[in-house]
Amino acid sequence: MTAQTLERPLVDEGVVKAFFAAGMLFFLVSLAGGFLFSLQFLQQYPFPNIEWLSPGRVRMVHTNMVAYGFLTNVFLGAMSWSIPRLTGRPLLFGRLAWLLFWVWQAILLLTMIGILTGHAQATEWGETPTGFRPNSFNLADMNWAPVDILVVVAFLLVSIHMYTPILKAREKSMYVTLWYFSAAFIWTALTYVMGNFFPEYFVPGAAGAAITGLYIHDLVGLFVTPVGWGLMYYFVPLIIEKPIWSHGLSLIGFWALAFFYPLNGVHHFLWSPIPMYAQYGAVISTIAVEVVVTTVVVNFFATLVGSGQYLRDNLTIRWFYTGMIFYFTTCLQCAVHTTLTVQKIIHFTDWVVGHSHLVMFGVFGFWSLGIILHLWPKLTGNAWYSERLNHWHFWLSAIGLFVMFWDLTIAGLIQGFLWQSLALWEQSLIASVPYWAVRAVAGTAIVIAQFLFAFNMWMTARGAEPLYRPAAQPA
Amino acid sequence: MERFSTVFLVAGVVFFAFSVWVMAWLPIAHLRDIPDTNLDVISEKVSPEFAQLAEMFPESFAKYYPAGVTPASFKKALRRGRDTYIAEACWHCHSQFIRPVSNEAIRFGAVSQAGEYQNDLQFPHLFGTRRVGPDLIREHGVHTNDWHVAHFWNPADVVPTSVMPRYPWFFDNAADPDTATLNERGIAIITYVQWLGSWVTSYPATLYNLDAANGGA
Repeated sequence: MTAQTLERPLVDEGVVKAFFAAGMLFFLVSLAGGFLFSLQFLQQYPFPNIEWLSPGRVRMVHTNMVAYGFLTNVFLGAMSWSIPRLTGRPLLFGRLAWLLFWVWQAILLLTMIGILTGHAQATEWGETPTGFRPNSFNLADMNWAPVDILVVVAFLLVSIHMYTPILKAREKSMYVTLWYFSAAFIWTALTYVMGNFFPEYFVPGAAGAAITGLYIHDLVGLFVTPVGWGLMYYFVPLIIEKPIWSHGLSLIGFWALAFFYPLNGVHHFLWSPIPMYAQYGAVISTIAVEVVVTTVVVNFFATLVGSGQYLRDNLTIRWFYTGMIFYFTTCLQCAVHTTLTVQKIIHFTDWVVGHSHLVMFGVFGFWSLGIILHLWPKLTGNAWYSERLNHWHFWLSAIGLFVMFWDLTIAGLIQGFLWQSLALWEQSLIASVPYWAVRAVAGTAIVIAQFLFAFNMWMTARGAEPLYRPAAQPA
Repeated sequence: MERFSTVFLVAGVVFFAFSVWVMAWLPIAHLRDIPDTNLDVISEKVSPEFAQLAEMFPESFAKYYPAGVTPASFKKALRRGRDTYIAEACWHCHSQFIRPVSNEAIRFGAVSQAGEYQNDLQFPHLFGTRRVGPDLIREHGVHTNDWHVAHFWNPADVVPTSVMPRYPWFFDNAADPDTATLNERGIAIITYVQWLGSWVTSYPATLYNLDAANGGA
């Protein structure tokens, strides 16, 4: 190691802290959006006459800020923490880290402004404004912020930044975490370009929908999932202080994910005018993914065998493993509802909304929160202000999500069967209202939990005296 | 298997390229022989709904579509209507394709075919993944212009159980319901929604169309 690399610390903890704080801030924004949107379903929307707070626009802020504001920020922070530790080398250079941080926050703000002022792009999970639309008659109006291009540039910068230590380490065999990260950066850049530019400019209609399907799925499957699992492979063995149970299983898990996951995309548009062979292929590979997922989940639970006390004593491990149970649930659910038979009923219903909340919040959100919980005291140098608030945070989130998931799943079945039975459309609305009310209440619990956690983070960062907490006593 | 180069090239590039080839390129190749209809061609035949909107709101129409009831105005309204449909995220609660299952052909109309989506107003497609409200790809002629005007003003006035938001910004003078008139966006979005499915000649067998349901003329 040269003297130069020793001059600066391995990890720039300031940046990690900034990413976590920003992630939490955008999470609160997103949740506020989700909560507002849920009120529209009860005919109780508080701002019906304010154009830029129209429920449809707020919905897009909700989804985009969860994916790009919350998860991406926390992931970037966690990767800035773990990659230097795994490679023994710092990231490319310190200023780039801060540049990336600010560029990313600028992208998020521009995305939010763009969506709220009516410049969203019609790409699900990618409503970030494209910036220019050659076909549009009001070209000047749409030309104000090419956010999509900025995002691609930012992803490329992230890749260069994070690949550098991996390449410099020149290790013949990398640790599992780095397999996932190494593939995820290139996947994300390719996926983003594919999804945001091709259907918009080059490929219309059904073939464009095939690409959009790939994009929606790859964003979860090739960005969020591999980074999430990479982080689990890093943090779980560290915290429970023993190695992953099976190296072979982790190899199978990674390579099978890499092969099957990208082939799933078209399952978002089953029974659509997309050619059927693509639909059949997507269904089969989706079911194959379930097998892959099982190997990974088995590996992690086998690792935990003999260390079960961590679930009770260590809140981070509890977040992680609750997330893994939800992950297994969501993937099992996927293998069932991707079949063309089940699709007839559940597609277009709240079933799918429940599914995506389970994935984005129940799995990757839970992992992100667990990581913040674990690292925040190390980053700030202070003990948690309130352990009790952290427990409230966990239980309110977990119970809120559990209720929301089952509520939306049942609502979805009711909607699907009512539609099939040719009941008047209004009847499906009337039948859904009680479920939408429960969803709003469950969502409120989740929102309150995150505000508690954000408050706790704030007080901890300020160095507030930790609240008195009685030592654990046998019941 | 654990080297950077293998992971990057095989998993990162080759597997991804394979998935794009199978799941995107094959459908593209499959459908590319269907001719892509230009918006100029689409707007050649001005829809009667657009002409009626011009009669209903002459002042707004003269202000925002000064070219009158012409293909050029119709083209502008279709484009602007679709942009508004995207900006307001209509496509997050209304799908735009009819599946051959779940009695959708009876409820909405003819099952969607790939050729219907090969035109300039499908960049990108607006298939959608959720139906809070009904599918709209066969919306043409299902409701009158009057219905749409009232519905965009306040959906619950027309359908009391509706959970669709209000869109007062589709109207000029929205503060005063008595003098409020459709503005550029309002005319455009109704024109666009009324255009959806106008190319289909067979209508679903519904309560309003019992003869067709019974196989009669």
